[in-house]
Amino acid sequence: MKNSSPSLWKATLAVVWKDLTAELRSRELLTSMLVFALLVILIFNFALELDARARANITAGVLWVTFTFAGTLGLNRSMAVEKDRGCLDGLLLAPVDRAAIYLGKALSNWVFLLIVAGIVLPVYSLLYNTNLFQPGLILVILLASEGYIAVGTLLASMAVQARTRDILLPILLFPVVIPVLVAAVKASSGFLEGLGWVDVSTWVNLLIVYDVIFTAVSFMVFDFVVEE
Amino acid sequence: MGQKPKALTILDWITGILFITAILGVFFYAPLEAVMGWVQKVFYFHVAAGWTGMLGFLVSAVAGVLYLVKKDPRWDRIGFAGVEIGMVFMLICIITGSIWARPIWNTWWTWDPRLTTATIMELIYAAYLLLRQGVEEPDRRARFGAVYAIIGFISVPLTFLSIRIFRTIHPVVIGSNDPGAAGAFDMTPRMMQVFMFSLVAFSFIFADILWHRIRLGALADHVEQKKIQLQTWGE
Repeated sequence: MKNSSPSLWKATLAVVWKDLTAELRSRELLTSMLVFALLVILIFNFALELDARARANITAGVLWVTFTFAGTLGLNRSMAVEKDRGCLDGLLLAPVDRAAIYLGKALSNWVFLLIVAGIVLPVYSLLYNTNLFQPGLILVILLASEGYIAVGTLLASMAVQARTRDILLPILLFPVVIPVLVAAVKASSGFLEGLGWVDVSTWVNLLIVYDVIFTAVSFMVFDFVVEE
Repeated sequence: MGQKPKALTILDWITGILFITAILGVFFYAPLEAVMGWVQKVFYFHVAAGWTGMLGFLVSAVAGVLYLVKKDPRWDRIGFAGVEIGMVFMLICIITGSIWARPIWNTWWTWDPRLTTATIMELIYAAYLLLRQGVEEPDRRARFGAVYAIIGFISVPLTFLSIRIFRTIHPVVIGSNDPGAAGAFDMTPRMMQVFMFSLVAFSFIFADILWHRIRLGALADHVEQKKIQLQTWGE
């Protein structure tokens, strides 16, 4: 590492700052993610007839499908913007460790997904007259979205460089994040049904293991994905 | 390049003989299972095909790591070959399993960890093929393939674990014997011999096809280079 280049942490924050500022000005990514998420819930409402009794069991599933789909939309957009306007090349030319670009993009994607979750939860609670603001569920959302975004950011940066990019990301991402989705759905429904920690801890542990492994691996191989 | 190596021809013959012997062993040497009857014969090739499939995916992940480290296109060809062969054998494993499950479990399909994981693996590697198809530049295609082969392979045990925590009905013939599993049985020594023999035979088939596929990949690259040369001469 040269002395003149900024530290990894500073460079990461700079990328996050850039993404958040751009989003604050255009608001296109968050708006489309949010509208999409609400539409998915609306569709589920009619497809599954979410009546009072069915809701308790299905809520976790509906929430995670919503987050997964909205997340794909956001990941694709966040990487496509970089690719289309040649910003990615600019970022790659910057004299910083490329890991900082990965970390920065992943962090800002994570923030976007959490914002979407933060808006979907109260809306869902309101629409279906339940309370989703439970510490357990929030913990699950934090852990599961981290793993999802860690892999998603890596795969999205590959997908945007391919010819078939718009359709490629979900195909690449979904089979790999199945453990996250299974664990997140089971843990969320466990917390929502008021089960004890003993019943849910296996799933939370699985989420932590996934997060650690995939964040580390994605962090290590990102260099090869953007290398030219 | 060009001539087929002699060692490969010898391997072809050994593989063919081993495979025919394995088939004969399954039908004439191994005893008939008392409860399940003839359909149990599927077991020998079912497990062997699953083993070969996993071997293919393992090869692709290892070749992926080696490609990223060494940047030698040979490792890319090996990884690609591993995925293709793995997919074919995993599919054979799923189909033979379904044939067995119909009379024994009374259903073609159940959402058991092994079955589900095998299907998800097929989807992961189908995505791998689609990813490669979408990238034209050979160097970038190889890098993306290597990265995805690694990510996909690492996710498999976690997928298995996550579905395993649900109760399973798949029999575990080797190792622990869960009394809850439907269709489990104890192997007689003869069955064990045939089983081990088919594992060896399938490993040989794997090595043989892998070699052929790598050779084909090398020839295809060669042709592609020649074509590019021709184009540059034309200009």
